[in-house]
Amino acid sequence: MERPIRVLVAKPGLDGHDRGAKVIARALRDAGMEVIYTGLRQTPEQIVEAAIQEDVDVVAMSILSGAHNTLFPKVVNLLKERGVTDRLIVGGGVIPEDDIPFLISSGVEAIFTPGTSTKDVVEFIKTHVKRQ
Amino acid sequence: MNIEDKILAGDKIACARLISMLENNEKEAEEILKKLYEKTGNAYVIGVTGSPGAGKSTLTDKMAKKLREKGFKIGILAIDPTSPFTGGAILGDRIRMTDLILDEGVFIRSMGTRGNLGGLSKATSSAIKVLDIFGCDYIFIETVGVGQSEIDIVKMADTVVMVLTPNMGDDIQAIKAGTMEIADVFAINKSDLDGADKTKFEIEMNLDLNENTDFRPKVIKVSALKNKDIDILLDAVLEHKDYQMRTGNFEKRRIDNVKQEVLDLVKENLINLIMKKAVENDLLNKLAKEVYARKKDPYTAKEELINLLLN
Repeated sequence: MERPIRVLVAKPGLDGHDRGAKVIARALRDAGMEVIYTGLRQTPEQIVEAAIQEDVDVVAMSILSGAHNTLFPKVVNLLKERGVTDRLIVGGGVIPEDDIPFLISSGVEAIFTPGTSTKDVVEFIKTHVKRQ
Repeated sequence: MNIEDKILAGDKIACARLISMLENNEKEAEEILKKLYEKTGNAYVIGVTGSPGAGKSTLTDKMAKKLREKGFKIGILAIDPTSPFTGGAILGDRIRMTDLILDEGVFIRSMGTRGNLGGLSKATSSAIKVLDIFGCDYIFIETVGVGQSEIDIVKMADTVVMVLTPNMGDDIQAIKAGTMEIADVFAINKSDLDGADKTKFEIEMNLDLNENTDFRPKVIKVSALKNKDIDILLDAVLEHKDYQMRTGNFEKRRIDNVKQEVLDLVKENLINLIMKKAVENDLLNKLAKEVYARKKDPYTAKEELINLLLN
């Protein structure tokens, strides 16, 4: 039997808007994935610890507060410090086009902005997940 | 270092990996547990069960914190349902346990039921062993939100805490068979709401009728959200633990549970063997059609399938 892809859906930072994260969580569930939802206002340290204990394949973060340039790369780096480099990291939210190249170069492999179809997110995760 | 040594050295990444391997039925994982089995047996397992939204996760979080204050290492396995249609799941119990995430002495793992009925996932019993080897003193197992008959938790927990809330039904609900019978401790959560006293009274009246007078489950009113009377609840859990240790019930219950576990493993393996053979020669499909057409009955079909193994 094929194993389900495990995804951590996390909300780093201080904004309290998780409608988008919940829509994504539901779409991933319907695509047969196991979604671990951690709730609002998580620090990068908490996200990394949860990702490790849950042994997820994917860390998906949503942010609407504008702190993406700080928080997304921090999660990538903290995972690296723990020796975890085989996970797919993606982000989404209200993120200006101009910031995307920086985020991609810091190890977030895709940024999904408003208007993205959930199908595209599912497809991206399925084709880019790193562990067999 | 191999995965066994890493887990024994307290490596969380290795511990998490082994649980995944067990969930995914990787053959190697079973071999690792065979090697490490003698290291198990130190953890005390507390089951937390109750209907959806009763407050199992929040109560688990609060009880775990109390035990952390005493210096114990804690494992938490939180089970949520897997979709029977897509195989997907939303595992959301961690939301109530945010404060514990960065605590070095706590390991939390969410698990989907992956088709298992009974309130737990198939890999739960293996995951308990992993956390035991990892050095946890207490392991909490939080079941999916249960109805009236999901009682698998009793096969794995040394103490079962049944979480109820006020106004869940009349006193007939309290005397029904099933989940109400497996509790070693009753927690009436959200007890600041109206009806908590009535619920407690109904359960106490039901307990009055128990024939086992050696041990009577305590019924404790708590509020997980307001962190009220969690000490009293935990004391009731530890009192049940003491009772079991003192009377030899602990050993008896564990041996019964091992018996059940081994039988379940045998059952699963036999079914897999039969399925493999039946699928190979398309026998199952053939039999189903014959039974449908009344050329055969289901009982004869069963015998033919079992004969596949015997011959």
